[in-house]
Amino acid sequence: MAEQLIRMNHISKEFPGVKALDDVSFELNKGEVHALVGENGAGKSTLMKILTGVYQADSGEILIQGEKVTIGDVRDSQKYGVIMIHQELNLMNHLTVAQNIFIGREARGKFPLFLDDSELNKKAAEIFERLNVNINPSDKVGDLTVAKQQMVEIAKALSYDPKVLIMDEPTAALTDVEIEDLFRVIRVLRDEGKGIIHISHRLEELKQISDRITVMRDGQYVDTVDTKDVSLDQIISMMVGRVIYVEKPVNNMKPDAPVALEVKNVACAGFVHDVSFSVREGEILGFSGLIGAGRTEVARAIFGADPMSAGEVYVRGKKVTVTDPASSIAHGLAYLSEDRKRYGLALGLDVEFNTAMAHLPHFTGPLGFMKQKQIEENAEEKAALLAIKTPSTKQLVKFLSGGNMQKVVLAKWLTRDCDIIIFDEPTRGIDVGAKSEIYKLINDLAAAGKAIIIISSELPEILRISNRVIVMCEGAITGELSGEDITQENIMHYATQRDMK
Amino acid sequence: MNKEQSKKKVNMQIVITLGVMVALFVLFTILRPAYAGFTNIMSVLLSTCVNGCLSFGVTFVIISGGIDLSIGPVMTLTGVISGVALTKWGLPLGLCIPLGLLVGVLCGVVNGIMVAKMHLAPFIATLAMQMIVKGLNLVISGLMPIYFTSAPFYQKIALGNVFGIEGFYSAIVVFIGVCILAYLILHKTLLGRYTYAIGSNREAARLSGIKVDEWTIVIYALSSLFAGFAGLIMTSRLNSAQPQLGPGYETEAIAASVIGGTSMAGGEGSIIGVVIGVIIISELSNGLRVMAVSQEWQSVIIGAVLVASVYFDQLRNRKKA
Repeated sequence: MAEQLIRMNHISKEFPGVKALDDVSFELNKGEVHALVGENGAGKSTLMKILTGVYQADSGEILIQGEKVTIGDVRDSQKYGVIMIHQELNLMNHLTVAQNIFIGREARGKFPLFLDDSELNKKAAEIFERLNVNINPSDKVGDLTVAKQQMVEIAKALSYDPKVLIMDEPTAALTDVEIEDLFRVIRVLRDEGKGIIHISHRLEELKQISDRITVMRDGQYVDTVDTKDVSLDQIISMMVGRVIYVEKPVNNMKPDAPVALEVKNVACAGFVHDVSFSVREGEILGFSGLIGAGRTEVARAIFGADPMSAGEVYVRGKKVTVTDPASSIAHGLAYLSEDRKRYGLALGLDVEFNTAMAHLPHFTGPLGFMKQKQIEENAEEKAALLAIKTPSTKQLVKFLSGGNMQKVVLAKWLTRDCDIIIFDEPTRGIDVGAKSEIYKLINDLAAAGKAIIIISSELPEILRISNRVIVMCEGAITGELSGEDITQENIMHYATQRDMK
Repeated sequence: MNKEQSKKKVNMQIVITLGVMVALFVLFTILRPAYAGFTNIMSVLLSTCVNGCLSFGVTFVIISGGIDLSIGPVMTLTGVISGVALTKWGLPLGLCIPLGLLVGVLCGVVNGIMVAKMHLAPFIATLAMQMIVKGLNLVISGLMPIYFTSAPFYQKIALGNVFGIEGFYSAIVVFIGVCILAYLILHKTLLGRYTYAIGSNREAARLSGIKVDEWTIVIYALSSLFAGFAGLIMTSRLNSAQPQLGPGYETEAIAASVIGGTSMAGGEGSIIGVVIGVIIISELSNGLRVMAVSQEWQSVIIGAVLVASVYFDQLRNRKKA
């Protein structure tokens, strides 16, 4: 019997109006990777925030190595050797790697009032050596790639010499190679006897890395199972408590449908060059590739969000000049950013306003007054159409779940009558249940004749949803796949094409 | 390799502002040779002392992601309190000065509490403090200047002659001391490191176990302490506390800080840059005065320089990205 590191008994937590956790229990052993899964809003994060002292439980108890403890704040949890790596990278871009890692525990120089950065650099280098990762401790964090910043987060956690490491969606922004690297590091830590709590939406990963899985749903504990004993489908049905839309889309696309958007020889962002492709009405075109391949850059240039240094754009056969988002929107283009909170929504405003946001002149009367009633009606119509779960259209967007936020962004563009829709990572940070709803929506849109472009770093997503797939690598298109050729192997082959150049 | 790059970046900013500083000096010297005379250089440096101290303080707050609009009146308050303690209460000068600084620091602590604990926007909290202290200055002083004539040493703090050289004002030496203090705190101590950390990513700092609220209060208190140093130099120069002075000084201090490369978004800035920024502003006002440009037009030109410097920095950053 392995030694028990953590035992959380009958934890409950209530926020104004919401029962976030209801009698939840959880345990973690030494040398174990324990996955914690559940849809967004299931209470995983709240449970972990209680364990790390960000919140206090209303009732229940926490035992660490058999001893009952009170965790009043983050410092307390650090003292007990519990460290959490948060989903959003929590680094200070203006400080160096080493300064970030040892923030709060700065080394002092000979004169104890002053700090000693060379000592920090040395200690940081030791950690990276142990992880076999190549990062210069004196680089500014803001200059690193996301994957490297992730490694800095892990190094920071390890610098506390934790007994328990909590990782919240650590792979969300990593490429497959980087994920392998991360898992290698996790296994090293597990074998050192640390307990690791792994929170992830990518269920395929759990099979690879976890020993046990605890499932939560709607703030309640569902079950804890040994990973080797269950199938993915079993986990999913435990998570959602309902059947999920998983089948491959019926391909309604007419091969001779008119071309909605054609792009010729686009160059942008300094490294993207010679990108040409077209998408037909009713077609779902997937854009695959590793992170940094240039897919988002292409989309933003076509949409007019960033300048295009060369290339031509044709909408329904007519050449158009795109100078800014306003001009491309006027031609019927819509772009749903991967970072909806930052680029897609006015979080502090309500669903109604957000739905109307791209089409406000339409909702304005001749004297400049807003037609509030029409805005309301439109919002209610779109909410019904897209099954947006919100108590009312007056609800502020920031209180919605990730999936519903994404639907509000979509509602915004549908209100504008856009018919060429570019989705950039449409389901990032969205839980499984809501994911399949988004896929269904996208399929419905295509069936209604809209031309759809999907940029996604999740291979299963691309495989599941695309009629045709374009693969990019290092700023250029390296392959195009359709029908039976759309396979994981083919995509990965083209996505790593750079080796052949 | 990356290390060299990031170092080069920091240096570029400073090299450029330094170049502007030298260019201005050369320009004014060509236009009016008297500009480069010893007396005038000393007068430029003397005028940097007050604005410089204020700039350092507000720079800490700006780097931490906030703003402090109350420093002008707080500067005056420290002088007024010292003056009242000396003339009304008859306390010895050695006690009056620390007392003035302490009351100033208290204003900063209140600023910090309003921002960190009461969650007021820094702009609003410190704007309110500016108005409150402006009023208090007039109330405490009874609208009359307070003279320090009973303590002849007081004026020597700013207007003493260093090494007995006529016109080499001691304020400059005091200011150099304040520069070194500010440099050490911002670049070498924990307080400085946390100032950057909080301004760069407040939430990340909090999740790293840094007591962000408490440090924020310390940072605002520090801003007021530097305003207090400015007040000390100011009252010593005038040999009196002028209660109506103060409002308006914060804008020039913020301008100097920004010209010196401090980012209003937080997380970026350096003491060396601010020193150069302060000197540029002093050079400009002095040079324009020497050329008989009226006060009104000086303000217009300094405003234009502020826009130009920030815009130029934007361009440079954009090109890099």
